[in-house]
Amino acid sequence: MKILGPRLSLCGLIISVWGIIQLGSMGLFYYMNSVALLEDLPLEEEYTDPKKFYADAENGYSMNAYNCWIAACLYIFTFLFCSHQFYMNNRTSV
Amino acid sequence: MGSLFRSEEMTLCQLFLQSEAAYACVSELGELGLVQFRDLNPDVNAFQRKFVNEVRRCDEMERKLRYLEKEIKKDEIPMLDTGENPEAPQPREMIDLEATFEKLENELREVNQNAEALKRNFLELTELKHILRKTQVFFDEQEGGLNSTESMTRALISDDSVRQTNAGPVQLGVDVEGARKLMMRFVAGVILRERIPAFERMLWRACRGNVFLRQAEIEKPLEDPSTGDQVYKSVFIIFFQGDQLKTRVKKICEGFRATLYPCPEAPADRREMAMGVMTRIEDLNTVLGQTQDHRHRVLVAAAKNIKNWFVKVRKIKAIYHTLNLFNLDVTQKCLIAECWVPVLDIEMIQLALRRGTERSGSSVPPILNRMDTFEDPPTYNRTNKFTNGFQALVDAYGVASYREMNPTPYTIITFPFLFAVMFGDLGHGAIMTSFAAWMVLQEKPLAAKKTDNEIWNIFFGGRYIILLMGFFSMYTGLIYNDVFSKSLNLFTSHWSVNYNKSTIMENKFLQLNPSTEDYDSTPYPIGIDPIWQLAENKIVFLNGYKMKLSITLGVLHMLFGVLLSLKNHKYFKNQLSIYCEFIPQLIFLVFLFLYMVLLMFLKWIIFDPKTDDVKSSPHCAPSILITFINMVLFKPSTAPSVCDVNMFGGQGFLQKLLVICALICVPWMLLAKPILVLRGEKKEHQLLSSNHVGGENGGIDGGITPATQTPVEGKHEEKHDPTELYIHQGIHTIEYVLGSVSHTASYLRLWALSLAHAQLSEVLWKMVLSKGLQFESWVGGFVLWIIFAFWSVLTVGILVLMEGLSAFLHTLRLHWVEFQSKFYAGLGYGFQPFSFEIILDQAASASEE
Repeated sequence: MKILGPRLSLCGLIISVWGIIQLGSMGLFYYMNSVALLEDLPLEEEYTDPKKFYADAENGYSMNAYNCWIAACLYIFTFLFCSHQFYMNNRTSV
Repeated sequence: MGSLFRSEEMTLCQLFLQSEAAYACVSELGELGLVQFRDLNPDVNAFQRKFVNEVRRCDEMERKLRYLEKEIKKDEIPMLDTGENPEAPQPREMIDLEATFEKLENELREVNQNAEALKRNFLELTELKHILRKTQVFFDEQEGGLNSTESMTRALISDDSVRQTNAGPVQLGVDVEGARKLMMRFVAGVILRERIPAFERMLWRACRGNVFLRQAEIEKPLEDPSTGDQVYKSVFIIFFQGDQLKTRVKKICEGFRATLYPCPEAPADRREMAMGVMTRIEDLNTVLGQTQDHRHRVLVAAAKNIKNWFVKVRKIKAIYHTLNLFNLDVTQKCLIAECWVPVLDIEMIQLALRRGTERSGSSVPPILNRMDTFEDPPTYNRTNKFTNGFQALVDAYGVASYREMNPTPYTIITFPFLFAVMFGDLGHGAIMTSFAAWMVLQEKPLAAKKTDNEIWNIFFGGRYIILLMGFFSMYTGLIYNDVFSKSLNLFTSHWSVNYNKSTIMENKFLQLNPSTEDYDSTPYPIGIDPIWQLAENKIVFLNGYKMKLSITLGVLHMLFGVLLSLKNHKYFKNQLSIYCEFIPQLIFLVFLFLYMVLLMFLKWIIFDPKTDDVKSSPHCAPSILITFINMVLFKPSTAPSVCDVNMFGGQGFLQKLLVICALICVPWMLLAKPILVLRGEKKEHQLLSSNHVGGENGGIDGGITPATQTPVEGKHEEKHDPTELYIHQGIHTIEYVLGSVSHTASYLRLWALSLAHAQLSEVLWKMVLSKGLQFESWVGGFVLWIIFAFWSVLTVGILVLMEGLSAFLHTLRLHWVEFQSKFYAGLGYGFQPFSFEIILDQAASASEE
């Protein structure tokens, strides 16, 4: 079954390869509590209790790590779908 | 020998070719592609040249081939492109080729004509078939409704007859008969469906509603034999009374391009006719099929060879074109050609000529004779697929003068490097590299797939430039520690937070002081410490760093350009320019701008936060820019009371000396050269006039023959008009002095674009991708999946493509204006060899358009 055109499927293919690599590694960095990614965590503006801050940060890190991996997994499916479409497009054009 | 740094050494040669061997020799030279022929009869009209007839025949053959190609494309037969390169055929083979093409063309034309005639016939028969079938329905209806209509006519007639009873009963019967006969008149035909409404209205108006039109659509589209389009048509039948109406109806039909067909009135006749039509259609179908088969067979046979033929014909045409440039000897025995030839390749050219002679069976060898000339030879830089793109960048500004320093070898490194300073991002560099690497690895299949997509051709032509730009961007990205605006903490930051808990809880802003334990006194191993990515004053810090970096790189780049001019002056043995241009230029640049760069490094070395001495603490560090401005304006520097005014002893004196030296260089550059040139000329003139009584011009002009005219003209050019000389030198000096200032400032674009790029990628991350990371539930994964796609498309579109293009253009400007203006004249003209490869490529791309 052909849904996507040849260009769209190629585009999806490239984005999903990129997504798998980048989101996979971002998940890993979140999992390792990378400081560079701290700015993107869902944290409150101000904390009075450092313990709460640490708890929130750690929670955010692990949550984001899992979310990144979920997105990476979704990109694996996207990759499979797009490669199937790409294959179909190539086969019909020959 | 140094052909990488300068263009190839060229020489003008005279070539004597035997008439019989000329064709074969030129063909060999065309395969070689190393010779540029000069037109020896420029004042001869194109139609009066010797081989006009042959060129015309080639044009005719090309036309036939194009016709064949068009027909082949129409039938969608694949054309075999083996990529083989047949040699140019012998002149006698040309007749064979012509005959073949003539035969093919005639055959094809005949087949096409026949097919068209058959198709027209077929169309007529199909239309007739439809008419018979559709009108049958009308007649059936009429017969079915016979009672009503018949009774109505009868009623009308009887009404009439009642009124006409006075005229006599005998007449009545005749009248009824006549009326019935008139009633039955009709014409049937076929018309284009979109014309029906207009046709109907016209009929109604012209015949005042006295005709009766019935129409039915033909469901299947019919093929128009002349255009080959599929058209929809309708069958119509018109009933009317009387001859007058008949002529009128027929005229209207004609006007609307409707085709009328005879339709018998009796049902039996119609049936018979339908049978006949059906059998004829079947016969026609078989004949049509056979015609198509024949056409297909002819075209398939032609398709196998057509590319080959094209190559052959184009080669023959190119050879005769070249032969038209030659001069005919008085005896008509030999042709004389003049050509530019790279000195290194003379051996190869002679070998090719010998091959050509052998092939033509001639006994007299061709003569290649080097000539002296005062003309500037063309510039020929040998390139390969790697250097080609860079050479094109340089040539786009201006083709180098003959034997001038070629900036390409240096551009190969400096271009990607300066680009990368502006485009420093590991992630974006990686995208660029992978795209270019794909193009480089798939080079052969991609090159074979010729497209006329201009943008793609630009990217593909510059694949090696893009690859290097990508690599260098990855490197500078690593130095800037920037991956999609995030930093990599590869070696752990060399800064640490030593505040206690209460300080952190109570203060909104805290500083890490490099003079304390916060900084461990050793720099991060490579590039910028990742901690800066999180710092509030990141931009302030990076600005200082990148500005100094760009000025340093810029001054070195310009200095390098000035040094290259020394190589040029030395090569052209221009001693005067070395002393009057190169040395003052160098002094001016070094004493002012390189000194400023040295001050920057000095500042970095002298001042240290972890020192006890106040004088070498950051508190006392002077602003380099202010120092430099004060130096040029001869103003004393000021400093806080505890600090030294100068960074080192004797700085004030040294600076004054440097500025004065640099200022002396300006009149030196401006006046020295013209004065020396004019003085030298005067001396020469005095010498000449003491030897010749009659003065320079009069003495020589009398006895010159045409052959020696050129050297005299060349000598004349060296005599200069003094005002022109001063103006020229003045422009040069002003350009250089003001240029040094403005060009140094111009290199700040390295900093500006780098800052813009980093900020833009940070904004994109914060505004787009970061939105997908703010979820505290599993939904985040799904949202991230969508947002990442957006982010990646925007990253490629804005940051890699648009920012990349802008950085590319700024790099190009830095090379063309800031770098090349120091040494590059670019006044030459390119070497355009007679080469079959180039001619065939051009022809192929022209035919695709």
